Amino acid sequence: MHTLLVWIVIILAVITVVRAVRILEMVNELGGDGHEDEITEKDNNFNGKLLLWFLVLGLGGMIWFTIDARKYLLPISASKHGVLTDAYLYQNFALIGIVFIITQILLFGYGYKYRHKKTNKAYFYPDNHKLEFWWTLIPGIVLIGLIVYGLKLWNDITGPAPKNSMLVEVYGKQFDFTARYAGSDNKLGNSFFRWITDENQLGVDEKDPASKDDKIARELHIPVNTPMDIKIHSRDVIHSVYLPHLRAQMNAVPGMTTQMNFVATITTAEMRKITNNPKFDYVMLCNKVCGVAHYNMNMKVVIDSPEDFKKWYKEQSLVFQPTETAPTPEAMPADSVKGMAEVAHNSKKIVATR
Amino acid sequence: MSDHSLEHTAHGHDEHEHHETFWTKYVFSTDHKMISKQFLVTAILMAVLAMLMSMVFRLQLGWPDHKFPFLETILGKWGKGGKLDPSFYLGLVTIHGTIMVFFVLTGGLSGTFSNLLIPFQVGARDMASGFLNMLSYWFFFGSCVVMCASLVIETGPASGGWTIYPPLSALPQAIAGSGLGMTLWLVSMVLFIGSALLGGINYVVTVINLRTKGMSMTRLPLTIWAFTITAILGILSFPVLFAAALLLLFDRSFGTSFYLSDIFIGGAPLHYSGGSPILFQHLFWFLGHPEVYIVLLPALGLASEVISTQSRKPIFGYKAMIGSMLVIAFLSFIVWGHHMFITGMNPFLGSVFVFTTLLVAIPSAVKVFNYLATLWKANIVLSPAMLFAMGLVSFFISGGLTGIILGDSALDINIHDNYFVVAHFHIVMGSSAIFGMFAGVYHWFPRMFGRMMNKRLGYLHFWLTILGVYGTFFPMHFVGLAGAPRRYYAYTAYSGFDAAININYLISAFAIIGGLAQFIFVINFFYSMYRGKRSTQNPWKSNTIEWTAPIDGIHGNWPGEIPTVYRWPYDYSKPGHDDDFIPQTTPYSETKKSNLAGEEK
Repeated sequence: MHTLLVWIVIILAVITVVRAVRILEMVNELGGDGHEDEITEKDNNFNGKLLLWFLVLGLGGMIWFTIDARKYLLPISASKHGVLTDAYLYQNFALIGIVFIITQILLFGYGYKYRHKKTNKAYFYPDNHKLEFWWTLIPGIVLIGLIVYGLKLWNDITGPAPKNSMLVEVYGKQFDFTARYAGSDNKLGNSFFRWITDENQLGVDEKDPASKDDKIARELHIPVNTPMDIKIHSRDVIHSVYLPHLRAQMNAVPGMTTQMNFVATITTAEMRKITNNPKFDYVMLCNKVCGVAHYNMNMKVVIDSPEDFKKWYKEQSLVFQPTETAPTPEAMPADSVKGMAEVAHNSKKIVATR
Repeated sequence: MSDHSLEHTAHGHDEHEHHETFWTKYVFSTDHKMISKQFLVTAILMAVLAMLMSMVFRLQLGWPDHKFPFLETILGKWGKGGKLDPSFYLGLVTIHGTIMVFFVLTGGLSGTFSNLLIPFQVGARDMASGFLNMLSYWFFFGSCVVMCASLVIETGPASGGWTIYPPLSALPQAIAGSGLGMTLWLVSMVLFIGSALLGGINYVVTVINLRTKGMSMTRLPLTIWAFTITAILGILSFPVLFAAALLLLFDRSFGTSFYLSDIFIGGAPLHYSGGSPILFQHLFWFLGHPEVYIVLLPALGLASEVISTQSRKPIFGYKAMIGSMLVIAFLSFIVWGHHMFITGMNPFLGSVFVFTTLLVAIPSAVKVFNYLATLWKANIVLSPAMLFAMGLVSFFISGGLTGIILGDSALDINIHDNYFVVAHFHIVMGSSAIFGMFAGVYHWFPRMFGRMMNKRLGYLHFWLTILGVYGTFFPMHFVGLAGAPRRYYAYTAYSGFDAAININYLISAFAIIGGLAQFIFVINFFYSMYRGKRSTQNPWKSNTIEWTAPIDGIHGNWPGEIPTVYRWPYDYSKPGHDDDFIPQTTPYSETKKSNLAGEEK
């Protein structure tokens, strides 16, 4: 099937080129003094009608495709703010859809209706200040309305996370994400890129008491109806944490902490029912080109009921397993006082890059 | 300069013509007409290259499971076994964007038409500095050569996207294309910026200083207004890109930390500290957003001229058109942050950029309404150029409207960097501008080569192209609304997109149809250059003064005196006048019956 299509395209292309050259040669053979390259009434009629057909079939096709394409769209938003932005998005679409249809009808319609006729003369109409005033003012008012409402949403979404939010770090690197949960103290232990080792992939400070109960996971589990405060880090290039089903996105930028907050409202199990797809899963995608395997960089996201979340969370491992990581006194650097001493400890691993 | 000395110069040029060698006439020419042709032909070749690239990656996106053995034939190791290599996919995406934005729609569009039309339409013998103009082309040519060379090196071309965000673009450890490929990209861009600045200064100086007698600023065709504003935008914004590229070069080669900080890659921490990748984005988009209008304004200018001429009707709201271009140009400098809503930029700063961004819609809407008012009760000659100009207006509307959504930060969150954006800017910037360029080529081809392009092929080209563009980019919005990120080699990692990705098949099919249709244009262009019908003096019955100069183009443009201008360029179908056009060179004293009150001072 695919091969066939490719061949059809290639054959059509060859035919087109052959025809094109043939037409040119025929025109050339006809000779004459150049008049047949003037635009004739016949050309105007033919292309005017094509404009009309293109308008009708084009708009028809677009409307049909839009209705048909609903099945491709993201399911209902699984976050609180996403429901609002979705509604606002569809209001925007309604507005621009109407403007689009009217202006395209006028554009192509005028092209057909006012196509050149030798007997006609165009209406000399260089300006009309009243008209221009109104069609500057009306879009202005509409846009101010959009700006005001859009910014209200934006401020709500990007405002500080509520005090009782659950704190989670999402840590991006080529080409995966890791989640670190803040644990019962709801505080994330410090981390720094120079503390990264094979065992400590996130470079978390072991000395920081806040890191004692931090847990890491390769899936992002979110308890439903709980405000989430997500801190985002990257250790190499810019990634983007994109949660399409939650209508949430924020870049992961090396050297900087970014954050987003949201409240998930629909569990994975519920969404499977809504989408009628027993295999449905939420996903976090990398949405900033980050290297060759960019297209494979993602993390499974699960929105759990509070009970399921507790059960899952219990099974996750601590960043520093108490038994494995308790350092022997000999392994400690002599002057180790605080976390920064780890820098010296790791310094043999620091390689001058150029 | 007095008329006498102008005449003398023209005379001098005539004599020189006999001594021209191949090298001075076709290669190191300082004649604006030849330089514009050089820009155009170079841009066409670059456009064909970039378009073929897009067809290769559309094959990958449309038929991800299929093997195309010919890819191995043309791409070698990048297409082993008929499968496109994922890193070369990113390279293709990057270079396609770079070539289209900079080499075709900036260098190609401004270089061709500013060069051709500024001296012709303001009534000048040539550009203010022919030598700088020649230099501008050769910098451009050099940058094209370097960019093409980066395609055939061992480690592959730059592949971090045309926006070359560091750290990805700074670290060869992060992606192979950030090695020599990225160095060549930066070298090419430095040459390109040199070309754009040399050209821009020349355009502005020529328009300000070399207008013929009677050609006041308010008698300039809208093309010239558009080119001048574009040139000013370029002069103000390209140096910022230059600075951004220079700092990136320092980070890459000399170990500075302007853009880099806290990086652990390839199993080791790097020494960089204190830099910010976001700084690069601010600098890049400070150019990047005006760049959108550097691409679009000349196309709108060309379309304004074509639409008025072929509608046989004055452009509606001439002063509003100029005003809206000035407002757009001003606003374009204070909206760059809308490319960065989700970079972690302060949300309040984001709010400011939402406000300024959505304001751009007002002058844009004015322009659209003015075009529609121009077509109303017109007498439209549907030449290929006119159809392309109308296509531009259609795209400007479609793409502009989706811009309202993208410019609204709350809505941008979920569609940022996914296919909705790709669809949006390919329509509003890519297709609009390329349609403006086509309109310009079809309309001014007789002015360039003294011959006509074949109209039937022109029509075929137009209809297949507009079908290809809408067929490609309209469905693409839905891929974005389904949540599919851009710059993905394949969508295999997440099954939730499987249904939506089926649209890719349709998109690729239309893209290939639209792409192949461009060969009709290429054939028509090169064939007509040598074998096209000879053009008449003023084939479109236009008012502007370029059509009063000899068809074959002589040095100095006009033999003898440069014509004097008496009126604005849009006196089409003026009541009381027999013809439906009154050239700018016709004094009011000769058109007593059609003069409006106050016109004949």
